Amino acid sequence: MAERHESFGGLLFTILVALVLSVIPLPHYIELGRPAFLVLTVLYWSIAAPRLGGISLGFFSGLLLDLFRGAVLGENALALSAITYIFVREHQKIRLKPAFQQCLIVFGALVFYEAILFAIDGWSGHPLTTPWRWLHTLVGAIIWPLVSATLDRSRGVR
Amino acid sequence: MAFNAGAYRASAPRGAPGLRFTVYAILAVALMVLDRRGGWLVTVHYYMDAAVYPIQLAVNSPTRAWNWVRDTLATRESLQAENATLSARNRELALRTQRFAALQRENAELRGLKAALPPLAERWLVAEVVNVELNSQHQRMLLNRGAGNKVFRNQAVLDATGVLGQTISVSPWSAEVILITDPEHATPVEIQRTGVRTIAVGTGDTDSLALPYLPTNADVKDGDLLVTSGLGGVFPQGYPVARITDVRHDLLQPLAQIRATPLARIDAAREVTLVWFQPGHPAAPARGHDADGNAALQPQEAPPLEPIPPLNLPRLKPRPQAPATDSRPDAAPAQPARPVQAPVTDKRA
Repeated sequence: MAERHESFGGLLFTILVALVLSVIPLPHYIELGRPAFLVLTVLYWSIAAPRLGGISLGFFSGLLLDLFRGAVLGENALALSAITYIFVREHQKIRLKPAFQQCLIVFGALVFYEAILFAIDGWSGHPLTTPWRWLHTLVGAIIWPLVSATLDRSRGVR
Repeated sequence: MAFNAGAYRASAPRGAPGLRFTVYAILAVALMVLDRRGGWLVTVHYYMDAAVYPIQLAVNSPTRAWNWVRDTLATRESLQAENATLSARNRELALRTQRFAALQRENAELRGLKAALPPLAERWLVAEVVNVELNSQHQRMLLNRGAGNKVFRNQAVLDATGVLGQTISVSPWSAEVILITDPEHATPVEIQRTGVRTIAVGTGDTDSLALPYLPTNADVKDGDLLVTSGLGGVFPQGYPVARITDVRHDLLQPLAQIRATPLARIDAAREVTLVWFQPGHPAAPARGHDADGNAALQPQEAPPLEPIPPLNLPRLKPRPQAPATDSRPDAAPAQPARPVQAPVTDKRA
């Protein structure tokens, strides 16, 4: 499988599915620990196919999240393009890491992402916050192998 | 867990990622500043929300499909039972309304007004809830009515039992509602029993509001009803908001700790009501000044009522409104008085 044809349509489809999973209404207690599916998907694509989406993918997915969440326009866009940048730059190193180390890296990225959101929330006059907002980083790191395996399969990679 | 490392030969992204990231970061920061300070992006937001609305509908389609299936498969017995309950309720409401006209006239006479005031709620529009976000930081709702239905920003949203919230952003076909339980929402209320005015702040929990600004010696009891006070420019006076459930007087603290439960069924609402109020009415909210350029976001004239099929009780229909040039002593001036102060209920503004 030397040459594989990546389709932009497939990427968009997975992004849309992840968006649905990120914003679909859930009961309160599940909602607390809902992993950021869209962020995980963008991270996956930025190490698996950095040429296809790249930082633009991060930026526009973030913008979509902003619109859906009613956040300050550009908040998620900035945070998501920052971690996408790191992943695109280091994609060759990250891709070769064993699963457990990848989980740790993803955990770090999610914490960084949430920290940016946290800072912007404070700056833009949304000072109310709970410790629960950090829970999804842990859940996201734990389910990362599952997400990446599912997305691998969706591209026909084994 | 292999990422199939060999599959990509030329996997280096085009251009320098650092440069791209810098450009996007600057763009994002510029967007945030423009959006937050000065509201330059209100119109942009309006069209972006419109563009995203189809995706929001698609996202919500599983929930809608489930509701549809449940409605369709409802059994004949349950429908009949529901019908019986509804007609009983309808009869009760009709009986209560019978005296309404007389009471209204009596009230007007007591106030010394020559003509009876028109009903406060001028028009209402039922909207369907498209999407709900209920977590500890956001308590929002997306409705399927927008500027096309003359919905405007900071419009009151009620349900049959109480105040739900207000619209915070409006797109051509949809409107986002901030609920009274959102931690960033504050509702100006008064305690009906005593008339004490205070502010009910959301807690991020669908069945709790906090009243943080009442002193320890305030006269508040369990079961007191909170109604809107009419201040703040969004909700008119006298609509039920919540009932006090928990009063704690800690003598060491200057303020009492008071909790109230909203009367509106926030987590179960599937249909809500957007309300236009008669602007000249004494109980109507004093409108704040909206500095946005977009005309669609300014308070709108109520559109004409859709005909409601008369049940067997035609008097339930609201009376058609006289034009604003009638002889009411307090008839609205051509330009409604505009207090300089912005509405306090929208802390995001």
